[in-house]
Amino acid sequence: MNLFCFGLNHRTAPIEARERFVGHARTEALLRDLGCHEVLLLTTCNRVEIYAAADRGILSEHLAQSLRIDGGSSSKKDLDAFYRMENAECARHLFRVASGLDSMVVGETEILGQAKRAYENARSNGNAGPWLNRLCQRAFRVAKQVRSKTQVTRGPVSVGSVAVDLAGKIFGDLRGRKVLVLGAGETSEKTLRALASRGVSDLRVSNRTPARAEELANQMEGIAVPFATWLEQCREIDILISSTAAETHLLTPPLLVPILRDRADRPLFIIDTAVPRDVAPEVNELDGVYLYDIDSLQEIASESLELRRQQLAAAEAIIDEHVADFQKYLVRADTATRPTSDCPTGVSGDVADVGIVATRCGG
Amino acid sequence: MDRQLLIYATLCYFAAIIRTIVSLRARVFRRSRVVFLSIALGFLLQTAFLSIRGHALGSCPITNLFEVLVFLAWSIALIYMLIGTTYRLSLMGAFTAPLVFLLQVTALVLPIDTPRASRVSPNPWLEFHASISIIAYGAFALACVAGAMYLVQERQLKTHQLRSIFYHLPPLPNLFSTMTRLLWFGFILYSAGLISGFFVSEPLPWTKIALAIAIWVLYGAILQSRYFRCVTPRRIATLCMVAFAVALSLLWSIEFVGHRA
Repeated sequence: MNLFCFGLNHRTAPIEARERFVGHARTEALLRDLGCHEVLLLTTCNRVEIYAAADRGILSEHLAQSLRIDGGSSSKKDLDAFYRMENAECARHLFRVASGLDSMVVGETEILGQAKRAYENARSNGNAGPWLNRLCQRAFRVAKQVRSKTQVTRGPVSVGSVAVDLAGKIFGDLRGRKVLVLGAGETSEKTLRALASRGVSDLRVSNRTPARAEELANQMEGIAVPFATWLEQCREIDILISSTAAETHLLTPPLLVPILRDRADRPLFIIDTAVPRDVAPEVNELDGVYLYDIDSLQEIASESLELRRQQLAAAEAIIDEHVADFQKYLVRADTATRPTSDCPTGVSGDVADVGIVATRCGG
Repeated sequence: MDRQLLIYATLCYFAAIIRTIVSLRARVFRRSRVVFLSIALGFLLQTAFLSIRGHALGSCPITNLFEVLVFLAWSIALIYMLIGTTYRLSLMGAFTAPLVFLLQVTALVLPIDTPRASRVSPNPWLEFHASISIIAYGAFALACVAGAMYLVQERQLKTHQLRSIFYHLPPLPNLFSTMTRLLWFGFILYSAGLISGFFVSEPLPWTKIALAIAIWVLYGAILQSRYFRCVTPRRIATLCMVAFAVALSLLWSIEFVGHRA
């Protein structure tokens, strides 16, 4: 039995090519017809990959055709964007994918959930047998180990996630926190969305153009407040996201100090994404105020990304160990008895020994 | 034999410190069972030491400064085991171990383990007063540790220099609430110790009483300022550290039951 992976991703193909090869409802059936005993289709916004087990070689043209939404044949240029890996290299690839090492943002963890869902789909459709069970279970184990033993998934890597992490450390629980967005730039909108995804529910928007404030407030299920009252709002809010086009500082220590007296010891987190800055840097020196401008946020994101990159070698070492182990399993499985009956698709990869793996899936 | 137990206990705390330093240097700081297990083993060895001493003395082993420091270190470890796990402050161990280690090394190195000339009959009020006061010191020590953690976290947030430890330290409100709870816990115990001191049927020097009341007033003032919210959390954290340093230095002046020797 030959275990292989076939697909394309953000590195090998532009989005125009990827969107033509996203697979369709009959992809798995077509692959079965081509001779695959087990099939798993992993599709995300950055990759489309087939993981399959077959006892004979299948041409790449046919595999690409099964993924193509119009079912047509592919040009040589199209085929050049695909990669194909077999057995141990296929395992290595899935281990890297599941661990987030092959992602656009190194160490992102969403891919693991997507891989798990793809595997569950394959299992529930009867397309995953002992080979894929073993491969996927091992991949999930590797991903967990990489996450716990290295820092490759640690730290926020976008401005929005940095803001969420910082807010979490300043306030603990974000539920019930009040946020005021001053101005309505793209970065502040993204930051607001990131905070809302973590439970911030009291959202207020203030803009020199009231219609723009209303628009964003409606989108985010918040309220629009008059621009003239934004400073007064600072008595109540916990987080201020500022991104106006003002040419001078809107918030300075003399303006903020009287407000802080009314806030008792409630901290104030200010995210200033405006250039030039809306908030005077001296504000950060006030007790209980945490001011971050766009440069500080981006620097933290870059440091996290750099730290993730530094951890790549450690993550690859973990993967090497598992690939070597998986290769031994493949050799054992290859020498075992050839399968005859239907595949027990519910068997866990960790349980599946060589004998079970050799059981043939109906195709 | 009993000092050997204490040396082994100190080595356990040292192991916890080394484990923390190695993690920090590798920039892969994560929750470690090694730190907790090292402290737990150190605590067991301390308990064995105090038990042996107590049996030999026929009373609570706080008869000289050496024993007082060890008992204090034991109290800190005890409260850490209760608080650290309850509030999931795994990193508290990393901050607690150096403090306990320092106290025990001081106790072992300085010539302060002076044996009593004769065995005396136990005075329950005096022992209660002394032991409860030292356990209160343990709570104050942990409040000091939580204060240090708060200041480290706050400093990182202010300066925007987020080290790997930043992601493992709890949020500021959690640290602050732990700090105030420990302050209250210590203050209640200390008050009980202070009140029980008046029931000791032996004359106590007025200087000792004055110093003990001064510590009580100091912690009372911190709690009062917290209650009226007239001092920021950062200053409360700083005061926790200053107050413990003051209390610890005054401990040298307060002989607990040693004067009975």
